[in-house]
Amino acid sequence: MPERNDIERFFDPKIVAFFCNWCTYTAADLAGTARMTYAPNVRVIRIMCSGRLDPQFVLSAFREGADGILIGGCHPGDCHYQEGNYQALRRFILLKRLIHAFGIEKERIRLEWIAASEGDKVQRVINEMTETVRRLGPLDLEPITKKVIDYMSVTHHEMVSISHRGSS
Amino acid sequence: MSTVGTGSNDKCKIGVYVCHCGINISSKVDVSKTVRFAAKLPHVTVSREYKFMCADPGQDLIQQDIRDGRINRAVVASCSPLMHEPTFRNTMAEAGGNPFLFQMANIREHVSWVTLDNTAATEKAMSLISAAVERVVFHQPLMPNRVPVHPDVLVVGGGIAGIHAALTLADAGQKVYLVEREPSIGGHMAKFDKTFPTLDCSACILTPKMSAVRAHSNITLWSYSEVIGVDGFVGNFKVRVRRKPRYIIEERCVGCLDCIEACIYKSGKVPDEFNEGLVKRKPVYIPFPQATPLVAVIDAKTCIGIRTGKCKMTCIDACERDAIDLNQSEEINEIEVGAIILATGFKTFNAKRIYRYGYGKYSNIYTSLELERMVNAAGPTGGEITLKNGQKPKAVGIVHCVGSRDNKTNKYCSKVCCMYSLKLAHLIKERTGAEVYNFYIDMRTPGKGYEEFYDRLLEENVHFIRGRVAEITDWVMTPEEEGKLVIRAEDTLVGVVRRVPVDMVVLSVGLEPQPDAEDVGRLFNISCTREGWFLERHPKLAPVSTFTDGIFLAGACQGPKDIPDSVAQAGAAAAEALALIDRGYVVLEPNTAYVQDELCSGCKTCIDLCPYGAISFDDEKDTAKVNGALCKGCGTCVASCPSGSLQQYLFTDDQIFSEIKGVILYA
Amino acid sequence: MSYLYFPGCSLKSSGRAYEESMLSVFSTLGLKINEIEDWNCCGATAYMSISELKAFALSARIFALAERQMQASDRADIVVPCAACYLGLNKTRHYLAEHPKLRRKIYKALNAANLKYTGRMQVRHPLDVLNNDVGIEKISSLLVNPLEGVQIACYYGCQLLRPYSDFDDQHEPSTMDRLLKALGAEIVDWPLKSRCCGGSLTGTVQDVGLRLSYILLKEAKKRGCDVIATACPLCQFNLECYQSRMNRYYKDKINVPVAYFTQLMGIAFGLSPQQLGIQRLFIPLKSGAGHVCL
Repeated sequence: MPERNDIERFFDPKIVAFFCNWCTYTAADLAGTARMTYAPNVRVIRIMCSGRLDPQFVLSAFREGADGILIGGCHPGDCHYQEGNYQALRRFILLKRLIHAFGIEKERIRLEWIAASEGDKVQRVINEMTETVRRLGPLDLEPITKKVIDYMSVTHHEMVSISHRGSS
Repeated sequence: MSTVGTGSNDKCKIGVYVCHCGINISSKVDVSKTVRFAAKLPHVTVSREYKFMCADPGQDLIQQDIRDGRINRAVVASCSPLMHEPTFRNTMAEAGGNPFLFQMANIREHVSWVTLDNTAATEKAMSLISAAVERVVFHQPLMPNRVPVHPDVLVVGGGIAGIHAALTLADAGQKVYLVEREPSIGGHMAKFDKTFPTLDCSACILTPKMSAVRAHSNITLWSYSEVIGVDGFVGNFKVRVRRKPRYIIEERCVGCLDCIEACIYKSGKVPDEFNEGLVKRKPVYIPFPQATPLVAVIDAKTCIGIRTGKCKMTCIDACERDAIDLNQSEEINEIEVGAIILATGFKTFNAKRIYRYGYGKYSNIYTSLELERMVNAAGPTGGEITLKNGQKPKAVGIVHCVGSRDNKTNKYCSKVCCMYSLKLAHLIKERTGAEVYNFYIDMRTPGKGYEEFYDRLLEENVHFIRGRVAEITDWVMTPEEEGKLVIRAEDTLVGVVRRVPVDMVVLSVGLEPQPDAEDVGRLFNISCTREGWFLERHPKLAPVSTFTDGIFLAGACQGPKDIPDSVAQAGAAAAEALALIDRGYVVLEPNTAYVQDELCSGCKTCIDLCPYGAISFDDEKDTAKVNGALCKGCGTCVASCPSGSLQQYLFTDDQIFSEIKGVILYA
Repeated sequence: MSYLYFPGCSLKSSGRAYEESMLSVFSTLGLKINEIEDWNCCGATAYMSISELKAFALSARIFALAERQMQASDRADIVVPCAACYLGLNKTRHYLAEHPKLRRKIYKALNAANLKYTGRMQVRHPLDVLNNDVGIEKISSLLVNPLEGVQIACYYGCQLLRPYSDFDDQHEPSTMDRLLKALGAEIVDWPLKSRCCGGSLTGTVQDVGLRLSYILLKEAKKRGCDVIATACPLCQFNLECYQSRMNRYYKDKINVPVAYFTQLMGIAFGLSPQQLGIQRLFIPLKSGAGHVCL
């Protein structure tokens, strides 16, 4: 571990991970049970299936200050819901182009298939991702990019609030 | 599914409870600091810590706070939600709260157990707690669905594990379908001669159980059949079974063997699978004398009558009961069951993969399973252990760990080989008086009576050489070695390389998953380990459950196992299935998708995305509609909805956005 | 097809017959060979056991030179006939790819000589090239003088196969068997194809080295072999040149010719003995191989 004064110049990236409940989240639990230590920079958010990953989650995470995003799903053919991971893959390819257009390096997002038994892969991928993002440095979004993302999510929140008004 | 009560409109009062988990969490995470941190988060009215939140006093803390009106929502920061989420939801419900106004922060598996540095661990824990607090604000009170459970059970695989599970369930009064791919049940155990360490005869203890399956009024036995489709969910599976044509009308055949006698082939033509190919069988055959059902089968690949139509079809004339029907076609049966037990077993390692051991190249090298058949009185040699030239071997080498504990093949220990090698050594010694050399890496004999059996073998003057065999060749260096197979191995106890000339070699092949285990896993929606064994829900606490509710595992399909372990596991799987059926209903996680009509633009993007056909289009309202009974809750449609009209209970956009904000802002 | 070629020291000295026959066979097959300019020692076993870093640096220099000369070839392959060089260069490739620390040191050393290593060059043995790039079909189409009735024991040695070879099975190799069988020879089936010949021990601890070579020769002879085919200059030297000493030591009468597989291929292609360096063999080929050879 770095010395305290070392931390000043040491960049500790913030990485948000979206792991599917059945494979990758379980694998992360397994890594824990097996006490496989890894970099503390990744925060895992559980979703039932990688197919649930709305591209807006990724944009919003970058907007909130994440330096990298990791997405984990079941191996092709192994999806608990048959084909959610294929949807995730399609969106991922789209997302890569989208963030590139926003001026965000493509390496800041990563998709990995990690089966429930692959605790060691969770460890390896998280360590690699942390190193990759550390090398890229902090994400410094242009104000205009932030505005665009804000606009997108604001519209979304407005819709939701309309819905809440509508249902009550 | 619907939201209930008015909880969402109440003022939000969140209780945060951080667990020490003994020292599992507190040795890495500064729990008090996280509690002080949580107390300052928005809407948090109570922030506490306790040594074991899952213990009664821990749960009492939450319940008391609910009863006293201090909180109406809760966050527990402890282990994985996959471990204790149901526990704490119950806690909430018992105290009169809604179980879904609750969120867990996983600070054990994802923090304290995987982080080296205490400061970093505490910071990570705080960010996960803040995310959970942010998220739970948006939770809605929900009411879970209860669905009745169909009382019938499907058991897949008719080896000893499947047989035992089926009998246990049937004896308890449940209807059981037992589906077996081969023409007869019995599996590997039917091929063994004796069983270790008691040396009781395998057939003698297995045959009564096979007959019981046949006779049991609660068991429907479908041999020569395969499961080809599984739909539905726990308590309500719809299964399609393909019954392969055996070209024999099962109900008419009495197993008299007349058709086999009458076959135009006067001797066997096809390698006999049951005897590991040591002898040949005819295209029409009964696998072994105790086959269950005792019904002949015709192998369409080799029967001339079926293949070409140009055959005298003497078998048909020979059958007095008109049981032969060469035009039979496959049948697809659909059944409904509440639970499924997979007992699909294993296959043995293909010894040809280790070329250095000469299997398939030199004669008189056998796999252990081939030797099992050879020592069996009903086997191809009538129980005689003989060389290809008809003589009895004077020296036999048994090579352990063939395809086990080997980086190049399988890393794992196959668990049963040491013991069956000892058993075979005993039988070879007993039948032939030969010198028997066991080449082993380590002797692994844990089990009741196992070590004693090893001791007994030592006293029977069987030789034990500690060392992995390098190669088996016909390369001889001395006159004594002439005409023999030479086993070269480093004797690690003496520290020399030894050359041991023998007449016969037995390769103790390891256990591997069935070649189609991954496909079967996909069919039943369960995972496999990297090696291909079926993955259990928890290695210690849920060893026969899977990540798909209602599907249980028994026997060696989950990992190498001997007979006692397979039987014990089969009993456990049967008990789990019974518990499910006895309760009569299942509670489904209320994480289905729903449409907010006023936002739906009617674009129909979601409809094709759903693999379950749960979304339809309401022509009157011009909106999509989710059938909650069909929806499995993946959320794929939700992520695809351009207008944000589709949402998923327990995983709404708001909940996830707030969780994202939580993990980043307070980290 | 053209390749870069690293001969190593043996092929220019004790193993000249190997170079001569290989170049002749390659040109018969229309393969172009460009020798790497200014090449140096591969480092071999001697350097490797005393100073790994220097051994890796020596090999890395060969790669770097090859990369500089890449345009002379249409593929990023170096043909390396000597089994020891083949092992040394392959080992360097693997180590540089897997150990960034070592890579940095080597980069520094190469940099001092204005050289660069990017890891794109592949190390190929002639057996690999002949089997996988040329193919048995093409080779058998050039057959003019079938090796009929010649019993050949193919001997691969240890360094060629273990641990890096990916073109053949490490324990049960067959590429040489297939080549010579296609040229009409009868292949002796023996289990010692990849057993150690004694290597450099023959020069240092002679009774150990001699014993290992003797085991091979005796077994090959016993199985009726007329000639042993090798793919390594050191194996060829050990097996051929010490036979009289073995005979004295073990009171035996072994007299088996040991030829490079490329020489035997050349004979089948109808090339002249001079083109194949046949005159350099100590034990004349015709004694074992009968009419076909010469």
